[in-house]
Amino acid sequence: MSATSTIPVRVSEIEPVAESIKRVRLERPDGRPLPPFSPGAHVVVSMNDGGRIRRNPYSLMSEPDDRGYYAISVLRAEKSRGGSAFIHDVLKAGDELTISHPVNLFPADKRGRKHILIAGGIGITPFIAMMAGFARDNVPFELHYAMRSRAHGAYWRDLVASYGAHRIKPYFSAEYQVLPVATLLENQPLGTHVYVCGPDRLTDCVLDAARNTGWPAANVHTERFLAPAGGKPFDVELIRSGITVHVGEHESILEAVEAAGIDAPCLCRGGACGQCETSVIACDGQLLHHDVYLSDDEKAGGRKIMICVSRFEGTRLSLDL
Amino acid sequence: MLVEGITSRPVHGGIQVDLFARRHFFALEGEGALALLAQAPALDEAFFDRCEVLYAAADAAGRGYDEALARLKPDLFRQTPTVETLLFRLRGCLSRATMGTRLYVAGGEGFIGRCMNVAAGFGMDAGTVLTEHRGSAARRVQCVHCKGITEDVSESPFACSHCGLNLLVRDHYSKRLGAFQGVCIDAEEPVSASRTPEEVFQ
Repeated sequence: MSATSTIPVRVSEIEPVAESIKRVRLERPDGRPLPPFSPGAHVVVSMNDGGRIRRNPYSLMSEPDDRGYYAISVLRAEKSRGGSAFIHDVLKAGDELTISHPVNLFPADKRGRKHILIAGGIGITPFIAMMAGFARDNVPFELHYAMRSRAHGAYWRDLVASYGAHRIKPYFSAEYQVLPVATLLENQPLGTHVYVCGPDRLTDCVLDAARNTGWPAANVHTERFLAPAGGKPFDVELIRSGITVHVGEHESILEAVEAAGIDAPCLCRGGACGQCETSVIACDGQLLHHDVYLSDDEKAGGRKIMICVSRFEGTRLSLDL
Repeated sequence: MLVEGITSRPVHGGIQVDLFARRHFFALEGEGALALLAQAPALDEAFFDRCEVLYAAADAAGRGYDEALARLKPDLFRQTPTVETLLFRLRGCLSRATMGTRLYVAGGEGFIGRCMNVAAGFGMDAGTVLTEHRGSAARRVQCVHCKGITEDVSESPFACSHCGLNLLVRDHYSKRLGAFQGVCIDAEEPVSASRTPEEVFQ
């Protein structure tokens, strides 16, 4: 990511909306309009946490047509690496941040006749802007939204009030309600698209059910953002830059490379988009692939690594950077 | 004169059945029957119980493909007198179909285009319909000037059956229309209307 592609913003409002979830409203300090975005897009938010730069992707959930502000929702991660804890504990109205331009890796297929949105927990965020788009275009949609409890779930009351109980179906696991994925996918008319955003378990369940009920893969859309997993610290040799950087326990290779002042290509920072694919020149040890981008063959091949989420264990790793 | 190397030219990858699908619709024209008959021995009764076959014999009438298809005992088999009536039946089948349904189309280039056009009308993505080219290479062509569609075009240039302009048939294909694009070839010199056709899509 180059410095020119970032946008300075100020936090104009930060408020709790549910257990462990805060909604953050961002505006440009100079009052100029923000870039337009399409429903499903996200921005990477850069935070200066006591001198340490943290960058996390968050889906935009404001009205896509309103260029006056962006809104994001942040869940305090149970094992936060710092980003979500910073937003929950430190960030306050008036603070300044920088964000990337919006990028959409989870767009709605506009040719669809009907859209089924399946959200788990904080996975609701990309769907809020999507539903605003569907409602405006008068396209049929349904939201099936699984949450831990009434208190943990964000926005479900507002959504039921806006779009009606016939389109918004909440499920609370604390009340033993189960999202009936297979039954839901079994009887959909041609031209339906299904989108899922939530924990891996939910995503895998939807992918399995779609395959077993005969859905073509082209009509099934997923978004998985992965927080970079922590692990043992290690050193990485960057061949083109001619330096070696140390990757800490709670740091990704990408973050370590950026901290060393090297501008590595990246986009989603969540192992999904493929932008940060890097060639492995030498590897004496084991690559720990955590992304959802490389194929199983490529992962086994050991010639490529997605530096935003994947790690390494061993004695020596050299990358083409 | 044929404009080649255009990437929108459809690639018909063959009608490999998708065993995960809950329901299978086959739209077959003429020699297209062979595309299903060739793989029938590998398919079991349970498969044909979930199968609907629509067949228009067209040029292949009298070769017994209709009887061979009926012997497969699909859940529904209907032979139609023309492609037009087959498309009517296809619309009926698709209107009650679910996402677990897979559509397989085999036959001439024009027939595939017409079926794709019907499928698109039900919101089916072109990539999810399996196609196999058998028989005639005659094309379904849209005149880009008057928007009229001419079926069974076997030469280029040809005179548009609607507006009469002399059209060059390009490989440029519209997935939305299921048709190749025909562009006026002699706009600068309309007197040369008697230009001899050069390319033949047999």
